[in-house]
Amino acid sequence: MNNILVIAPILLQLFAGTILLFFWTKTQIQKVLSILFSFLSLGLGIWLFLLTWKDGIQFTHAGNWAAPFGISFVADLLSATLVLIASISGLAVSIFSVGTMREERLKFGFFPIMHFLLMGLSGAFLAGDMFNLYVWFEVVIISSFVLLTLGSTKSQLEGAIKYVSLNLLASSLFLIGIGFVYGLTGSLNFADVAVKLSAISNRGIINVTAGIFLVSFGIKSAIFPMYFWLPASYHTPPPAVSAIFGGLLTKLGVYALVRTFTLMFGGDEFLGIMLSIIAALTILSGGLGALLQKNLSKAFGYLIICHIGFMVAGLGMFTEVAILGTVFYLFHDIIVKTNLFMVAGLVLKINGTQDISKLGGMYKSYPLISILLSIPLFSLVGIPPLSGFWPKIFLIQGGLASEDYFLIAFIVLGSFLTLWVVAKIWAEVFWKNAENLPVKASGLYFNQMSKANQSMVIIPIIFLSIVSLYIGFAAENIYVLSEKIAADLMNPQNYIETILGIKTILP
Amino acid sequence: MILAVLSGFIFAALVPFFSKFFKRTIPFVLCALPILLFIYFISFLNQIELGSYLMFSYSWVPSLGIDLDFRLDGLSILFALMITGIGSLVFLYTANYLKGHQYLDRFYGYLSMFMASMLGVVLSDNLMTMFVFWELTSISSFFLIGFNNEDAASRKSALTALGITGLGGLVLLAGIVILASVGNSYSFTELLGSSDVIKSSSSYHWIIGLVFVGAFTKSAQFPFHFWLPGAMKAPTPVSTYLHSATMVKAGIYLLARFTPLLGDTYWWNGTLVTIGAITMIYAAIHSLFRVDLKSILAYSTISALGILVFLIGIGTEKALLGAAIFILAHALYKAALFLITGIIDHETGSRDASKLAGLQKVMMPVAIAGFIAALSSAGVPLLIGFISKEVMYEATLQLGQWAIILTILIVLTKIFLFVAGFWAGIKPFTGPLPKEFQKAHLPSALLWVPPLLLSVLSVVFGVFPGLLEKSLIQSVFSSISGSATIIDLKLWHGFNTALMLSILTLVVGFAIYWFLQPSEKNFQKTIRFERISPEALTRDFGNIFSWFAGFWTRFFQNGYLRNYVITILAFLTFLMAYRIFIGVKIHIDWDQISTVTPSEIIVVTLMIISIFIAIFSKSRTTSIVALGVVGFANCLFFLFYSAPDLAMTQFSIDTLTVLLFMLILFRLPKNKTYSSKTIRIRDGVLSLIFGTLVAILVLEVFEYPSSTDISKFYADNAYVLAKGRNVVNIILVDYRASDTIVETVVLVIAAIGVYSLMKLDLNPIKKN
Repeated sequence: MNNILVIAPILLQLFAGTILLFFWTKTQIQKVLSILFSFLSLGLGIWLFLLTWKDGIQFTHAGNWAAPFGISFVADLLSATLVLIASISGLAVSIFSVGTMREERLKFGFFPIMHFLLMGLSGAFLAGDMFNLYVWFEVVIISSFVLLTLGSTKSQLEGAIKYVSLNLLASSLFLIGIGFVYGLTGSLNFADVAVKLSAISNRGIINVTAGIFLVSFGIKSAIFPMYFWLPASYHTPPPAVSAIFGGLLTKLGVYALVRTFTLMFGGDEFLGIMLSIIAALTILSGGLGALLQKNLSKAFGYLIICHIGFMVAGLGMFTEVAILGTVFYLFHDIIVKTNLFMVAGLVLKINGTQDISKLGGMYKSYPLISILLSIPLFSLVGIPPLSGFWPKIFLIQGGLASEDYFLIAFIVLGSFLTLWVVAKIWAEVFWKNAENLPVKASGLYFNQMSKANQSMVIIPIIFLSIVSLYIGFAAENIYVLSEKIAADLMNPQNYIETILGIKTILP
Repeated sequence: MILAVLSGFIFAALVPFFSKFFKRTIPFVLCALPILLFIYFISFLNQIELGSYLMFSYSWVPSLGIDLDFRLDGLSILFALMITGIGSLVFLYTANYLKGHQYLDRFYGYLSMFMASMLGVVLSDNLMTMFVFWELTSISSFFLIGFNNEDAASRKSALTALGITGLGGLVLLAGIVILASVGNSYSFTELLGSSDVIKSSSSYHWIIGLVFVGAFTKSAQFPFHFWLPGAMKAPTPVSTYLHSATMVKAGIYLLARFTPLLGDTYWWNGTLVTIGAITMIYAAIHSLFRVDLKSILAYSTISALGILVFLIGIGTEKALLGAAIFILAHALYKAALFLITGIIDHETGSRDASKLAGLQKVMMPVAIAGFIAALSSAGVPLLIGFISKEVMYEATLQLGQWAIILTILIVLTKIFLFVAGFWAGIKPFTGPLPKEFQKAHLPSALLWVPPLLLSVLSVVFGVFPGLLEKSLIQSVFSSISGSATIIDLKLWHGFNTALMLSILTLVVGFAIYWFLQPSEKNFQKTIRFERISPEALTRDFGNIFSWFAGFWTRFFQNGYLRNYVITILAFLTFLMAYRIFIGVKIHIDWDQISTVTPSEIIVVTLMIISIFIAIFSKSRTTSIVALGVVGFANCLFFLFYSAPDLAMTQFSIDTLTVLLFMLILFRLPKNKTYSSKTIRIRDGVLSLIFGTLVAILVLEVFEYPSSTDISKFYADNAYVLAKGRNVVNIILVDYRASDTIVETVVLVIAAIGVYSLMKLDLNPIKKN
């Protein structure tokens, strides 16, 4: 249905970022406004999701230039759900930032940039046009780069330069890919490209182009052998920034992979095999890396890579049930990873360090918080019936259907490594007695903070934990949703017809 | 029913919030839950008749066919009664055992969480629901083993146990998914109908293989058994409850449950008999070399679990009947022995079997319980252990060509277990009381009544097997075997070979008990074999694995940006080269390419020169500026092709990029190490290949007659609809205005970034 308000989530964040710029040094106002805007954004997210759920695909053509001539913004069920989940994560991070970010950073544009980043993410999820997607990627890269460097500490800059170099490489490759697609089809609109690509008989050249997209989005989603920027950078910025990165950035890459490889480049056998091998090695690299880390955030960073492997595995299997697994995992992962980095932030606030070997005694001194933190940790592991458990069933089923037995083995291995890493973290950080902790370099300890600030740290963790619990216990709802999304993705006919407004026949 | 299963979780969830209340209340309140549940399940006993079952269904994830369906039949009610019955005793016992413990409330929280999970495992008809509870038992076990969490050994044991059972669980998950996809349902009751289809399917071996790994890890079968002795680090009530009576029997339960579904095939029976036999004899021998009472009991438990696997593996009606009785008999006497060990430990502070003696003088009721439990364990007549042993011997004797060897194995195991049982249940109480234990005294009744009660039950069921026969064992037997045979439990089986073997067991067992004392020296002897034990091998494997993890991680994540870039580009180049080689016919039509103008040649030359400067310059600044020139030269091309707006945008972006880079590079330390010549050549070659490939592709793409309807639309309507003559400009500000707007935002963000980079420095101030 043609609906101009599809772009409302983007506009709201743009508006939020811009308004916040006017309160440059008035951080108190910024805090209040940021939370307010995040609530509004959540409201919009819910509205758009419900609308899409009820009435099907919502779209608009910018400037009223009908597709494929102008730029289309499309909220199909996948996009709408991702916008909703991003706004949930965004709200949590916004509150968490209020509780944890240092004033100095707030005075240098943290909140405006954070909202610009969220705008970029919503834009990317809603883009129905290749070049427009590229532009949103730019927004995401530049704002994440600024957030990453904000404060200019040495480790931040070191991480940031790796982050930005490799991500710019990804963007350049994306651009080259877009160039080829444009050369082949003369079009940029997803739906139109899908139709025109399918009509091209020279499959060889399309397959090469698909390879370029694979690498470009592969870098962004941190898959093997392209994940290097993630372990190098994710542990360097403040926890709130890590949280939004960990939750959403790589997942944007996964979204882009899912969108392009279902809509435009789907069904190529070599690509499927390639994705499967990559998925297996990604799971392995992430799991092995996490096994060795002594720093909480670094360990979580590697676990992101490991679990990206799960999602790519579903894409490699390329059956409806496997895609269902990927989509379900995506939803779960955004929430739980955002939460996880907030958990790491809270641990840092309480103890002044993230060094696992030095940490300890959390269970003794903060029993209730420890129990709270066990929810995201165990959801991550996928202890049934928590949220990480369900998608694995579909991925295993998908592996059976496509006879990718080695992928099932790797999924089991990855799950086990995750279990082991988290259990070890639990034993070390929560159970063992802390030895002399180093003195905190900067900022207040958790117990020195005001009650109000403490709750600003705890509430977002509770909030996302509840969402995780909902995904786990109300798996029925998420399943029905993911199943519908997977069916739409595997049969893009409806998407194409809705956007182009014509009846087309895909071969 | 759902409330009965989940009540433990509800209770556990309440604990953290009412910890003060729970700490203050009398223990009986805490123990009410398992007792009520026990009564609740007893009330179903007479409703379950031969081969029948009750179903209770609650919807959960109906679209997936995963629902909370609970099936109450003989097998599940036997386990439910054991879980709640022994649970009640353990709850009571704990109230005194951990009296005044700081975290008593947590302990009860975990215990009730475990109880609920375990009930879920044995009552679920839906395999996926069962798996959910199965994993929860592993988790509760993790928390309970690590209950003394400040002790490093406890933490390590908890991790080992979770590692083994967790891995087994994941493997089981794969097995269940395969089973469900073959049988097209997660419901056990429905699957039972398609048993033949499953057995003849090509995935059958995978299914049983994966199910076996799940069951063997949980039930501590060789070579996964070693987590169980470690788990004895948990407080004794936990060892009693989880690691002897109930949780470790979950694997046995699973095998018994699946027997009518998957059993009675060559691989099923062969594997189970082999693994069960190895486990029972290996662990029984081990138990004779231990001195710690809990270790002795741990190994004898592993051995008993081996016997159960062995019996299920034999799979004849007699063997399955033996398994049914032995599950109960073992739970009764082993739980009693564990509880007694706990009392001894509690009162004397020692669990050393070589030192403990004469305690009957100070704690008579405990000694009585110990005597009876040891006798039942040994299989002395008039005790339930005797009946189970007779049936086992009869079962192995019926087996034709395998009868002799299997009978020898089971008799040997039984002899060793006789000794282990006597060591744990009788030895600490007989003989003179050593001085160091003089001060020990009879503890509160809360501690000694539970084991005594269990022992008394061993006697009651032993003397009057009829009490169990119709009410329980018959229906257990028919749910395991799926047969309708009427069983007949008797105390007196007449003079037959089984009785002779029984007498032999008792005589030889007693002789060994008489001559062999548990001693530290014997224990030391086993250490020699430690290096090749499954535990050590697993540890070695773990070490190799973590070495590999380190190697792999450092190999890829080596810290050098240039290596990262080269890896990615090499991967892409490989991908492109391979796909071009496989699927693209290179054919370039030179005529199609337009003629080159002088200005183009100049700009291209400028670009090439700048690129070379960027590559060969020794100064970072020069390189970056040179790269900036390449960017500006690009802008000139936009100008040539009448897109001044685009050129301007590109121009400012390039300027900003260069600025940002300079800012960061200024803050980084000076680049001193230069890459070696070979590396440079490698990089150069790769860049050339990559560039050539892209160039070929560009030419190939233009070879293809692309559709021009969109650019034609743009050109046709630029003036008519968008009121502008320059089509490129119209594209930028109208057709694709959204892109332009967003790029403007990018500029704003970049500007803020530049500003913050210059102004904000949160590096800790260096003190000079």
